[in-house]
Amino acid sequence: MYETTYHRPASVAEAVSLFSNASDGRFLAGGQTLIPTMKQRLAAPSDVIDVGKIAEMRGIEVSGDTVSIGAAMTHAEVAASEAVRGAIPALAGMAGMIGDPAVRHRGTLGGSLANNDPAADYPAGVLALGATIHTDKREIAAEDFFQGMFSTALEDGEVITRVVFQVPEKAAYAKFRNPASGYAMAGVFVARMKDGAVRVGVTGASGNGVFRSSEIEQALLGSWSAEAIAPLAISPEDMLSDIHGSAAYRANLVKVMARRAVASIA
Amino acid sequence: MSTIALKVNGKDVSAEVEDRTLLVELLREELKLTGTHIGCDTSQCGACVVHVDGVAMKSCTMFAIQADGAEIRTIEGVAQQGALHPMQAAFAEHHGLQCGFCTPGMIMTAIDMVRRLGSDLDEATIRHELEGNICRCTGYQNIVKAIQAGARAMASQ
Repeated sequence: MYETTYHRPASVAEAVSLFSNASDGRFLAGGQTLIPTMKQRLAAPSDVIDVGKIAEMRGIEVSGDTVSIGAAMTHAEVAASEAVRGAIPALAGMAGMIGDPAVRHRGTLGGSLANNDPAADYPAGVLALGATIHTDKREIAAEDFFQGMFSTALEDGEVITRVVFQVPEKAAYAKFRNPASGYAMAGVFVARMKDGAVRVGVTGASGNGVFRSSEIEQALLGSWSAEAIAPLAISPEDMLSDIHGSAAYRANLVKVMARRAVASIA
Repeated sequence: MSTIALKVNGKDVSAEVEDRTLLVELLREELKLTGTHIGCDTSQCGACVVHVDGVAMKSCTMFAIQADGAEIRTIEGVAQQGALHPMQAAFAEHHGLQCGFCTPGMIMTAIDMVRRLGSDLDEATIRHELEGNICRCTGYQNIVKAIQAGARAMASQ
């Protein structure tokens, strides 16, 4: 790893100011992607600004129809939270499926979203639940946030502080893990919102990163059942194709995961 | 360079570290606690798992400076008064190892598993929980048996 300078700011304002003074700064949340990347010398930030312990980026609040989760909350904390398990059990369940136990003890919600790995789980949940991403500067709707793999609406030096999720009527997540790496080859988060809208977020499968499947949404709007998805032919266009699976295989996995997710709560 | 103060296996330690020093490098190279292993360098194998403030973490995937003020427990610190920790004893009893390289990480993960999930662990749960610990010798059969027995032994202690 190349040399770097580590900072642990106490507030979001201090973190942002440290970033603007750095020649090539990077925010560090749980570090479960950034640190391995630095070890491989694929990233060499001059300054690492640790936002993982900032108080205003912590905590979980449920109020009415929303769940607000601090960006620095770890996957293990979200998975174990009684508040999240009560309001959106599918979200807590999904957090408990990320990586492995030791990774879940450090990795964070904000870090996962800012990185926007095409196989990350959280983006599917954020998109399906119509979440709003709060930063130090503004609020960004999930639709506008994800902009292709490893790419987001965040500007340089902008920090995610909280994510506010809508509580759905019901929701579920199913993923097919790559048997070696454990990463999602297809992960589908289905949600029926309280106003009747259906939202489906798909991760792991597309070359463009996380996306909403309008075909599956339309089918579920007609009838909320696994059978409604069965006749669909998901297009393999834009799907990833690599040694782990062809585009057609991944397109089929998306359908199968959507059916499993719906069946798990039908 | 920064000076950090932490507690390692119950002892106060102060160390001078570079900002880029990983926790596992501090443990192995400065403190000579070589029971914590480096298996993969890509955060997958779990040979480096230690407890940071009581919680299992991969010491190759955090900076030493992030452990400033923390309490660290490594495999060297789990035995009590010269007696093996029940989880260590179970690994010996059930032969939960072959070459032994992954064993420290397995045991630290197993103790954390019991902390979170209790001592009544079925085989499927244990196998799933070992997702972040790789063994290239055993095929996991005896590791699972050892953890199941070790968990029960921890409860009766």
